[in-house]
This record gives sequence, C-alpha cells and structure tokens, in this order.
Amino acid sequence: MGGLSSAFGSIWATFLDLFDPFCGRFGIFTLFGDGSLLACGVDGWGDEIGFGVKITMALALATLPLGLIIGFLVALAAQSEEKSLRLSAGVYTTIFRGLPELLTIFIIYYGLQMLIQTVLAAIGFEQRIEINAFLAGMAALAIVNSAYSSEVMLSAFRAIPKGQYEAGAALGLSRTKTMLLIVLPQLIRIALPGLNNLWMILLKDTSYISVIGLSEIMRQTGVAARNTKEAFFFYSIACGLYLLLAMLSSFGLSFIDRWAKRSEVGR
Amino acid sequence: MSHALELIPPRPAPPEAYRQVTPARLFGFALLALWFLLGLALLGMMVFNWDTEKFVKYGPRYISGLGVTLTLVTTSIIFGALLSLPITFARMSKNRVLNTLSYVYVYVFRSTPLLAQLFLIYYGLGMFRPQLEQVGLWWFFKDAWYCGLLSFALNTAAYQAEILRGAIQSVPRGQHEGAASLGIPKAVTFFKIILPQALIVALRPYGNEIILMIKGSAVVAIVTVFDLMGETRYAFSRTFDYQAYLWAAIFYLAIVEALRHVWAWLEARLTRHLKR
Amino acid sequence: MRSSIRFLAAASFAALSLVSGAAMAEDKIVIGTEGAYPPFNELKKDGTLVGFDIDIAKALCEEMKASCTFVTNDWDGIIPALQAKKFDAIIASMSITPERLQKVDFSAKYYNTPPAIAVPKDSPLKDASPESLKGKTLGAQGSTTHANYAEKHLNAAELKIYPTADEYKLDVAAGRIDGVVDDIVVLTEWVKSAEGACCKILAPLPVDEEINGKGAGIAVRKGDTELADKFTKAIAGIRASGKYKEIQDKYFDFDVYGK
Repeated sequence: MGGLSSAFGSIWATFLDLFDPFCGRFGIFTLFGDGSLLACGVDGWGDEIGFGVKITMALALATLPLGLIIGFLVALAAQSEEKSLRLSAGVYTTIFRGLPELLTIFIIYYGLQMLIQTVLAAIGFEQRIEINAFLAGMAALAIVNSAYSSEVMLSAFRAIPKGQYEAGAALGLSRTKTMLLIVLPQLIRIALPGLNNLWMILLKDTSYISVIGLSEIMRQTGVAARNTKEAFFFYSIACGLYLLLAMLSSFGLSFIDRWAKRSEVGR
Repeated sequence: MSHALELIPPRPAPPEAYRQVTPARLFGFALLALWFLLGLALLGMMVFNWDTEKFVKYGPRYISGLGVTLTLVTTSIIFGALLSLPITFARMSKNRVLNTLSYVYVYVFRSTPLLAQLFLIYYGLGMFRPQLEQVGLWWFFKDAWYCGLLSFALNTAAYQAEILRGAIQSVPRGQHEGAASLGIPKAVTFFKIILPQALIVALRPYGNEIILMIKGSAVVAIVTVFDLMGETRYAFSRTFDYQAYLWAAIFYLAIVEALRHVWAWLEARLTRHLKR
Repeated sequence: MRSSIRFLAAASFAALSLVSGAAMAEDKIVIGTEGAYPPFNELKKDGTLVGFDIDIAKALCEEMKASCTFVTNDWDGIIPALQAKKFDAIIASMSITPERLQKVDFSAKYYNTPPAIAVPKDSPLKDASPESLKGKTLGAQGSTTHANYAEKHLNAAELKIYPTADEYKLDVAAGRIDGVVDDIVVLTEWVKSAEGACCKILAPLPVDEEINGKGAGIAVRKGDTELADKFTKAIAGIRASGKYKEIQDKYFDFDVYGK
C-alpha cells in the first residue's frame, strides 16, 4: 500500500517536474530566471512565487462553486413569495456588499474561529477545530462573492418570464424539477456575462487573503520584495502574474461563453 | 350536437388556499431568527463590554479616520473622472495607436488587484528616491496618502472610462444623425445631446464604482495611512477588543447604505421624464 | 520541484483539520511566533524557523518534557490567534505589559532589552529630544510596545505604524521616515547587516516600565496559569542548567536577560 502510494507519488513528481509551468523542466522561471532573482531553488524566489500562483488559483477555483451555490440560494430566497425569506436575503446582501473585503476577511478569520470554539465549548466538546488561512479565506471570499452573484442571478431570475414556470406546472413537473430543468439552464445563460465578471473580481480579491498569512501571490512576492529590497521588481512580477491569470481566464471564459451560446448560432 | 343548456350560475371565487405554515415560511422565520440572535449577540457584546474610557479615547480617532477615508475616496473619484475622459476618447477613437494604448491601460488596471497596484506605487516607486528627487516629485511619493490617492485615481480611471464608454455607445446612432441633420456642431452635439443621455445610463454603474472605491480604500491602512480601517487596526492593536472591528463594520455599512439610498433617489429624480 | 511537493502538502491540509484534544494535554504544546523579527525569530526561505526565541522555546520544551510544534502568525493578529486557540503559547519576544495582561497571561520574563532609535546615516538628528524630533516622522511596528512608546514619549514626531519590521526598514531605507523605534538588539543586528547599511543607531531610549513592561515573556491564554507557571519554572531551569547561557552566547555577546 505504502509502496503503491509512493510509486504514485514519484510518478506525480516526475509529471510535475516535466510540466510545472514555473519551475518544471520547461517552466518559465527555469528557462528564463536562471541566475536571477527568479531562479528556482534556494537562491531565487521562482519556486516560492510559483507556489503562490498555485495557491491563488486553488483558492479562486475552490471558492467559485461555493460562492455560486450560496449566491443562487440567496437569489432564490430574494425572489421568493415568502416575505421573511426575502427579508433575510436582503439583510445578507446588505451586510456583505457593504463591508470592505478586508474587514470581512478579518471578521471571518478570527470571529468564526471564536464562534465555533464557543459553540463547541457550550455543548461540551473540548476539541480544537483549526480553521487555517486557506479555509477562512475561502469562507470569506465565498461570502463576499455570493453577495454579488446573488444580485446577478436575481436580475437573471427576473428576466425569465412567468410563463416558463407556468409551462412547467402545465406539464405536471414538480417545482424542483421546473427549477432544475426549465429555469436553471436559462438562468445560467442569462447570468453568464455577469458571472464572468465575478470570476475576475474573485481572482483579484484573493490578494486580500495575504493579510491573514496565506502564501498566495501577493504574500510571496511581498516576502521576496522585503528580503531582497527589490520591491519594484517583485511587485511588478505580482501585477504581471495577475494579468497572466486574467488573460488565461478570459480565454477560458470566452470558450464557455461560446459553449453556452451554441444553440443561438444561426439566429 | 350537445351543448350546455343550463349555464352554471356565477359563483364567488374559491377561497384562497391559506396555508399558515409552508416549509418556505418556516425556513424564512428560522433565518430571520438567526439574524436576530446574531444581532442581539453583537448588541449584547457592545453593551456588556461597554467602556466609556475606550469610547472617549478611540471615538474621535474613528471620526478622523472616517474623514480620511471620505476625502481620499472623493479626491480619487474626482481625479479618476478627469483622467477617464481622455482614456474614453482614446478608446473610442479610430486612431490605432491611441486605441491600443487606452485598451492596454484599461485592461491592466482592471485585471490586477488594487493591493498590488498600491504596493507597486508605494514600495516599488519608493526605491527610486534619487531619480524622483531629481525631477522634484519625491514630496509626492514620500507621503503614503498621496501614493494611495495616485493608485486609487489610476485604478478608478480605468473603470470609469469603461463605464463612460459603454454609456456613450449606448446612445442610439439616430441621436447623432438627428443632431447632424439639424446642423448642430459636433462638440455641441456631444455635450448637449449625447453626454446627458449617456450620464443617465452611467449613473448606476458610477454609484457602484464609488461603493467599490469606498470598500477598496481600506487597503491604504496597510501602507500606514490612518483611514477608517487604519484607525480600526490601531484601536484593535491597543485594546485587542473585537468591538473595534464591529464599529468599523457599522461605519462602513452606514456610508455604503447612505450612498445607495442617495443614489436611488438621484436616479429616480433624474429619470422621472422617462417614466411612463 | 520542491514547491510542487509543498503544494500537495498544502492542498491536503486544506481540508478542515481536526486537531484532537491531545493538543490541549500537557505533553503537546503548539507555539505561535511571528517569524519576521530577526535575530529573535525568523522564518528562513526554506521554511525553517531560527532565532533566539525559537532556540529558547525548544530548550524550554525539552526542559518541560513537552513536544512542541511551531506555527507562524502575523504579529498584529497574534493575540487574537492565541485566544482563538490557534496555538497555546506565544514565544515571540512579547513584552509583559499591563495592557496585554488584560487579555493574556504571561510567564516570567526570559529576556529584557531596552528600546532604541535608529536613523539613516546622513540624518541631521543628533538626539531623541522633543526639540530635535519636531516635525520628523518615526516608524514602528504596530501592536508593539515600541509604537506605544513612540506615541507617548516621542510625540513631537509623527508616528507611522507598519505591519511588520521589514516594512519600516524598507521605508527608512527609502527615506520616507526619519527614524525607527524598536528593540535595541533588533536594530543593532539590522544595522550590522547588509540591508541595514543605510542606517545607524542614534541612541538607546530610557525604559518606561508602564509601557515597555518587565521584559519579554511567554504569553498564554487568560486563565491558563498552569501552563504559564510551567514555562516560568522551565525558564528558571534552563538558566540554572547553563542552557540559557549557551543559547545566548550563540546570538549575543552581552547579557540579554537583564537585571
């Protein structure tokens, strides 16, 4: 078992060694950074920054589905016929759209941990639940993101005519099925441009998580800048990396956009 | 052939199915109760941990921090608006070079985080002191507040340029043609016909941009400016009391909500001629 | 290569980690430190922690027969993180002050050094008197006794507060601020190094016990006096056994314990 996993590990390591975009055999820092501040290994900061890029991407990718799901539920509540649901959704969006991201992150990072600890202590559960910076960042960003995405989805909900629901009911579909089979596919298509925008915002907002100590792009370049006193160089690298991620994203997003619009072609 | 010989006499509508307890209502009430409890807990925390000494000591600092935040945001929005005009025109011009340059500007500033831009300007340009002193700009870059202002203005200019461009392009072509057929000069057409219509379209996105700027301005606290967030961090570092963050949250929420209401009123007022 | 393995490790602890209750037991202690305050504690590029605080902590744990793990946390959030049980003790050159004692408990001190002020080499400043500091700008790290000291005693100058020591070092080197206030040992080490070549120590500052406290101690959660007492005893233990002196001599050529 151990042998198998270590064999798998070494295959994975070889794979990464070959295809790591930063410090792999053909990585940009290996090819162009050698001997400079961006070299890989102990002399340069290439591997640290490459690691930061991966954390940033992992954080953004992990947060997105969470944010979208919460946002969808909030939007669902906000357009419900039930007044109390509308009100609680309103409180949610008001609070988290109004707070600076930086503040939300601080509050979640320290507040959530204390809240969980207090609740657990109250029910006599004396274990320690550790929320690391990655999870706290994910939670905070998902909340901020969901407040925005609920707005986008709410306006998309309003763009779907009532007749669609009625048609679903006329076909004898249950309300859940109407939502999943009729409304949601149209909703996604209408909301897509807004959601693309949200992804870009999310990508940039990950930079705030550096203040609670997660080793993402901003943090790693900041450490490099302070250690080498080459602040201009490293912060330019940081900007460049975000730009690169944005460009890659717009490439991917245009692909999704075309896929979502495939049925409209020819009209 | 069969047809109804006797019409059903008119009857009142069936009584509305009145269900007191639906799952949605149950859930909604549970959520409201949760919000209420959370609010109560926070209120309780503030009441029971009330400390007049701290309030007297840090209250005025919060107010001054609020002032710094508001002046910083207002100034950068104004400078950003001024800067956004040439960018918008360059973006819409047929000149390839201008077009590309402005496109790159907007793209770069919109797809990199404000935090990175601020650090690049504050710590990055801070390295070039001799050169900056030579051109006599060091006094500007020496001060963290000015650095914050510069990076915010540059950032918001990119967003505002896009808002303005979108709005101007949303004005139908017929308006240009109509003006041209009346023999109105191009400049007058732009300022008297196109821009007023465009600004109404741009009103809502402008409001959102100001709100984003207020929230984003919290990052200057990291480069030593005592804005609202800076004062909060200061108060927290002295007292280790979570109320410091709670107060900041209240202040930020109050500003943002006030602005949103003012903006909603403004929009209703300015578009009243469009209401049918 | 190394980074990719670390990435896998990071991804695997991204799952909610449930540290078992044993962490609270006596034999396992999680120690929080800053990792950006050389020569006391510093996180090296390869991920290892070094410094006087770290060596002392290891010696104390050995003395207490406890197994210790280290966690780094940013300075301005280090007390909240302790309260939130992210770790059990802070060994990060934290001075024992009345302000902090309201929130955490401390062991006895394990060293005590005075504050000092450092300025650029070409600085016109001759001393740290209010007259000469008038209109100047000083920097200090936030949430530190040094920031509080500057605010109270050097208030003729404007004070700027930085999240870490590294940032005020960047700014004093760039000439944005006229001087920095910090621990004399930290500043001495810094001006000796290549990065601190810009600057010199202007003067040590007189200690104000109300602010500077009674030296650096080990912070534990309020009420966790049992752990604090253990640390106090262990400090006495390593001082008696000569281990303390051994560590001290590795870093300094003078007595950091103070009188």
